[in-house]
This record gives sequence, C-alpha cells and structure tokens, in this order.
Amino acid sequence: MLRQLHKYPGIIAAALVVFLALSGVILSVLPAIQRAGVPPVPAGGVDVATLAGKVAANFPGLEHISRTPSGKIVAFYYKNDQPMAALVDPATGKEVAPYDRSSFEQWMKSLHRSLFLGDKGRITAAIGAAAMLILALSGLQMTARRMGGWRKLLSRSRGTRMQRLHVDLARFAVLGLTLSSVTGIYITLATFGVISDGMASPPIFPTSVDGGPTMPVDHVEALRKIDISQLRELIFPYPGDPTDVYTLATATGDGYIDQATGKMLSWQEHGFSQRLYETIYMLHTGKGLWWLGLLLGLASLTVPMMAWTGIVMWWKARKARPRIKANHGAQVADTVILVGSEGGSTWGFARTLHDALTKAGHKVHTAPMNSLKPGYRKARNMFILAATYGNGEAPRSGRNFLTRLEAFNGKPDFKVAVLGFGDRQFPQFCQFARDVDATLAERGWDRLVEVDFIDRQSTQEFNRWGRNVARALDEDIVLEHVPVIPRTHVLTLISRNDYGAEVQAPTSILRFAIPRASLLARITGRAMPKFEAGDLVGIIPPGSNVPRYYSLASSAKDGMLEICVKKHPGGHCSGYLHELKPGDTIQAFVRPNPDFRPARGKAPVILIGAGTGIGPLAGFIRGNSKARPMHLYFGGRDPKSDFLYRTELEKWLEEKRLARLNTAFSRVAERSYVQDRIRQDAEALRELIANGAQILVCGGRDMANGVMEAFEQVLAPTGMEPATLKAQGRYAEDVY
Amino acid sequence: MKNRFGKLALTTAIAASMLPALAAARPVTLTTTLKNYGGGGAYLVLYVTDAKGVYQGTLWMAGTHGKFYRYLKQWFRATRGNLAEVNGITGASVGSGRSFSIKLDLSDALFDAGYKLHIDAAAENFRESPSDVVVPLTKAGAGKPVRGRAFVKSFTYSM
Repeated sequence: MLRQLHKYPGIIAAALVVFLALSGVILSVLPAIQRAGVPPVPAGGVDVATLAGKVAANFPGLEHISRTPSGKIVAFYYKNDQPMAALVDPATGKEVAPYDRSSFEQWMKSLHRSLFLGDKGRITAAIGAAAMLILALSGLQMTARRMGGWRKLLSRSRGTRMQRLHVDLARFAVLGLTLSSVTGIYITLATFGVISDGMASPPIFPTSVDGGPTMPVDHVEALRKIDISQLRELIFPYPGDPTDVYTLATATGDGYIDQATGKMLSWQEHGFSQRLYETIYMLHTGKGLWWLGLLLGLASLTVPMMAWTGIVMWWKARKARPRIKANHGAQVADTVILVGSEGGSTWGFARTLHDALTKAGHKVHTAPMNSLKPGYRKARNMFILAATYGNGEAPRSGRNFLTRLEAFNGKPDFKVAVLGFGDRQFPQFCQFARDVDATLAERGWDRLVEVDFIDRQSTQEFNRWGRNVARALDEDIVLEHVPVIPRTHVLTLISRNDYGAEVQAPTSILRFAIPRASLLARITGRAMPKFEAGDLVGIIPPGSNVPRYYSLASSAKDGMLEICVKKHPGGHCSGYLHELKPGDTIQAFVRPNPDFRPARGKAPVILIGAGTGIGPLAGFIRGNSKARPMHLYFGGRDPKSDFLYRTELEKWLEEKRLARLNTAFSRVAERSYVQDRIRQDAEALRELIANGAQILVCGGRDMANGVMEAFEQVLAPTGMEPATLKAQGRYAEDVY
Repeated sequence: MKNRFGKLALTTAIAASMLPALAAARPVTLTTTLKNYGGGGAYLVLYVTDAKGVYQGTLWMAGTHGKFYRYLKQWFRATRGNLAEVNGITGASVGSGRSFSIKLDLSDALFDAGYKLHIDAAAENFRESPSDVVVPLTKAGAGKPVRGRAFVKSFTYSM
C-alpha cells in the first residue's frame, strides 16, 4: 500500500513535480538577491508621517508608498499622467533609482503557480503539490521501514548507488519539500476561498468624512505613531475627491484616515486567519525570510534527481521481477505466495507455483515477502518461498519480513508452507527459511506441509515438493519447473593468466571483452548492464540450465570483464572455463551485489582475500584512482606459483592505489595464513577501524570464519565485535 | 450577446429604459486594451455613475476571485463589495498587454444624459487604480478611444 502510494504519484506526477520544483528553485533565490541595494533606514527609525511627508515633497502626483518584504520603500506616482515608480531613500525621501518591477519574477511566479493557465493551472499546480506531499510522507515512512525503524532513520543508507542516492537526497530534502507542498496547497486553497485568508472583508469604509481641506501628510497624527518597519502600504486619497481617505496597511492591521483631520476613522487588526495566511505565505516564498527561501530552493533542487532515480529504480525492479500472469490482489486471493529472493531465481519457482495453482482454479496473489500484509481476508493457504543470503541471512526481498510479521493481526485462518532455497555446501543451508518457519510455528500458524528445502535450484526436488503440496490440498496440481535464465550476453575471451598448477590449485584470471551495444539496444535495455567490481557474473556452461556465479574483478569502466576461477576437481563450470582459449565465447549475465563493495567516502578499506577471493578486491584496488588508503591481506599457497595479480599489485602500490600489501603463504617454510597476519597487525588494524575503516572479506567459508575469529580477538580490547561492524555495513563478506 | 438587467435596471430612474422590451436599446461593444505593465492578470470592473458620481450599476467584472475585489477601490466603496452586483457578469482577469471585448444591450437613455462609465483596475503587486478610465457616455463619443491612467491603454465603446 505504502509502496503504491509512493510509486503511482511518483510516476504520474513526476514531470509536474519536477517542473514545480525547478520553477520554485529559481524563485527561491530572488528574496536573497532582492536584499541587495536596499537603502538603509536612519538609526532610530522613521515614522510613516515623516517619511510620507518627505516622499510627497519629492514626488508631486504621489499615489501610494509601499514597503516590499525585503525592506525597499517604493513611491508610486503620476508624472504627466504617466504611472511611474521609484525606489526611495527613507532618510531623504529622494529617488535612489527608478523602480523596475522584475517582469521576470512576475512571469516566473505566474508560471510556477498557474502554468499560465489561470484557475485550471492553479488547480494543476496544487495537485502537483499534493503529489509532492504524498511522495514526501510515504517516502519518509518507507525509508524508516527500510532502515528498521524511525530511530534508525538517519543511519547509513544501503543498496545500489541509485537507491542510496535516492534515499540520501530524500532525507536531506524531505522537511523542505513537505513545508513547500503544505504551504503551497494552503495558499491555493486560500486563493479559491476554501480557507479564509482573512482579507475578504477590509475595514468598514467610513460613512462620513470631515470634508475639509487636505492636511499635509507629515502632520497626520495617525501616521506619526507608526514606524517605517511596520508599514506595508499607504495609499493617498484620490486627487480632487474630498470624500476619499488615506488607506493604510501595516504589519498588524488596516485602516482609513481622514485626509482633513488626520484622525484614524476606522481600524481593523489582522485576524488570526490573516496572520496565519501571511506566515504561510512567507514560509512558502521566503519573502521576508530570505535564508529559508534559499534552503527551500536547495531542497527543491533535489527533486529532478529523485524523480530520475525513482523512475529508474521502479523500471529496473519491474524488469527484474518475472511477469506474473493473473496476479490477484492480496485481499481477494485464496492463495498467497510470498517470495524472498536475492537475485531473482526464486521468483521463477514462484511463477511455476503460481501458474499451477491458477490452472487448478485458484485466485493467487504473489508478492515479495517484504510486502506481507497485516492480514489476508480470503486466503486459505500461504506459500513462502525463501532463499538465504550469505551466512544464513534474509535475502533482499525478505529482509523486512520478520519485522512486518510483528504487525500481523493475530493467528491466521489459513495454513502456511515454507520452502527454502539454498546450497547444501553452506553450513547455514536454508537458515532464513528455517528461521521463518520456526517464528511462524511460535506464533501458532498451522502448517500445510512441513518446511522443505531445495538444494541448488533442483527442479526435481521442487517438483517433488509440489506433489506433497498437491496431496495436502487434495488437488490435482503438477509443478513442472523450467528455470528462467536472465537474458544472457555473448562474451569473448581476450586473455588468460594461469597460476597455481604447481601447488595443485590451477587458477586462471580470465578477461572477456564487453560486447558492444547499439544505441537501440541500450535504449531498450537489451545491452549488457553496467557493472562494478564485486558484482556477480552468472555463467551457464553448455548443457546446463543452472548458472554458476563468479565475483567480478573489474568494473565496466575498465572496459573488460575479469574473473578469477580456480579449477575444482569434477567442477562442471570451472572445468569448462579452464578449457577456454582466447577467442572462445561464453553465455553470461550480470547480477548486482551492492552490499559487497567499498562504501563511499575516504575512510580506509581493509581487504582480505585468499585464493580466487582476491578477484573483486583487485577490482576495488584497480578502481581506487583517488588513492584512498586500501590495505590488502592476501593468502595463497606458494608465492612462486599462485601469487595472483602479483605484477599488478606491485604497480598499484607504486600508483598509491594500494597503501599496503600483506601476504601469507601456506606451502612455504614459514607457513602462515591471513588470519595470522591479522593477529600480528592487531594494533594497526584497531587504529584503522577506529578511523572508520570498512572490512571486506572474500574467499572460502573456512577462511572467512577464521578471519572473523581473528577480528574478534583483534577487536576484543576495544569492546567492539565484528557483528556490530556488520550491522553498520562496515564488515562485509563474499563467501563461496 | 449579453442582456443587462440586474440592479442597474431595477433601482434607478433609467430602469425602465434599460429593459430592451420597454425602450429602445442598442448593442454596444466595449473594448478595453491593457498596457504592457508586465504583471499578472489585472482585475477590471466597468460600472456606471451619474453626473454627480453616484454609483448606478455594474456592466462587467473581469476577475473571478471575490476576495480581490477590495482592490477595485471606488467600486468596492460604492457597492460595499456586494457580490450580487456582479452575479452573472463576471469573466476572467485580463493579462498584461491583452484586450477584451464585451457586447451588451444598453438603453439609449444612458447616452447624452450625464452618465459616466468608470473602470477601476488593479493587479497583484502593482498599484490600485480606481477610475483608471472615466468617460462620459455620449453618442458622439462612440468609437473614440480613451486612454486610462495606469493600466488601460485604450478603451472604446462603439455602437
């Protein structure tokens, strides 16, 4: 619901909101500019009678005097029947310069609030402001939810660069944008008379006036008591009309003054609604509060960027998720499928299940686990298909599931079946699915079938689970999963460097050319997407339909795609890759892995990798053109044989892309492992971490666990733990 | 074409003569062109006073938001801002440098009898200009453009 509330106004009103924001930005700087060239008021102030007397003496045909919010005193007068205006010096009443009202400002203002379309334009602009408000509020709530609560609203943003940019800009601008949109809506409502601005009824015009000869304005007693800073406008009586009066407007009220006696005939203080309106007008325009104007302008300046990043993210998410046919709403569906997926393969299984249940006559609702609703009115069964990320953690589309479960209304009437997806090689196989199942059991949810697990996307296991489900439902449901593989690209091997054959660890650094994409392919999104070092490439060996993933050792900017592959005994894909010769081609696709890369900023980075784990780390160092301190710990078997990237690392040290290189080798006389080096460097590492360093670990599971233990020891004296750093996003692992 | 009834027709001595059915009335085109003063749309009100300057009735109000009528000063003073005065004879405000025309049936008795047509004008952030135009209604004056003080570049009534 919240997402919808953010998404639709965002897409539909994007152009309008961007237009309002940009025109607002231009208007926002004007109050600050207009402060320049305001003639100073003499010390001790000037009363309005004295001012008016001096101005009247200098300007025969004076019609009215007004004071702008920036403090300029302007005389409006007629000269030879021509309307004129002059900026005057409040000390002397003399002209400083002709007053030329900025027609640019008028034009811009009219464009901003009505698009030159009169009342229809005003309504359109107000709708834009309302869309902005909905976006600001729903976005704020979404951010709080994403960050894990309102208290963590300002913690470090995560995700892809686009997502971080969107969230960071939004957090900076949300207050300003909320203020601008609320005040804008208020002003429009007041213009249409829906809300009173207190200005519809001026003071009662006096029924009778003295009618005697006009008194010189500097003698007018009613004006003597008013300081210039309070003046808004003083309108002189119409020439030759003895029944007319002085019309006075000040910061606090309006009144009429007899031109013969100088007495106030009627006076009306500004009411509450007028004071409120004027405050809101000031908050919206920055007129009289120039610095706020600049801040609001700065906030509005983020809107085009947010619109762009927001739409791109929406489009990417839309493309990444497989199209689910006949997806029913959450509250009308009898069957709910929730998907927790990191890369997207679990969605393929969900679709197979969705289609099979739909074919059996069910109304099925399929959605990410993160969009768990507080209740499902018509549901009779729920299926939760959950992958596991990293070391037993929740995958991206399931990260908020357990938090949202807290808000679920009681114990549901429907039954639930949890299916985990994972890889049995990992010690925490399907841990997230197990956690979800256990939590649901604790909350008393009834199971349709026991929790089950699928190893490495096995279609056989999935189809077997389908038979169990069909039996439990007593329905004729057949799951026949055909894995959906993302659009692949043809990559040509340019070069390979071979290492490690002598130490029984044949390892190759493979470089592929990035296929050139036509402009059309780029526009239609068929080109190979941009990638960063640390992202993953999925490679499908011939005769297989299950991709294998490798960490990328280069970014798209480097102009090639590089991976580091060790040949595993009996490994289907690694064996295939090791047979490749320059000129051979592979089928591959790229998958983002935004949580494993150096965070923005200048803080030091500690890189730890063993064997092929150095791949993405080498990519980070290669891209470190700003010479931010990067410390690498590399573990191999024998420097003579498997010192991967040796020549490059030496070059990078010279170029300051790499600050320090530590190596540990296990098949030499003084055998050691990276863990040992970490313990030896404890003091230096503590200092780096105290300075905000981020730790990135890549390699095998055992090595990663060893490194984690070593850091527990290193950090023990500081009272910190790797787990705390992990929660802050300062300790990340890419483990295989 | 718009027929003018309303208050002007009912309250004054010339009432009967303004009703087309009862007296000779003729279609009159009122054309107002504004100066290029560079601001947003101006509010204009066209109204008639007698020889002594006493308000008789309104012919047209250009500007739809009633809360701004207070800035049409003399008209507002005469009518006390009574919105019934302009009920049904209201149109859009007039942009800087633009012109607008209205065609009304006006009684013959309004002409050459000392009546004057006034235009009060005002625009946001600009001056208020009561009686920007004051022109006696005479048959001889028809078709002759008149210049206003602050806003009106030319005003013509033609029969």
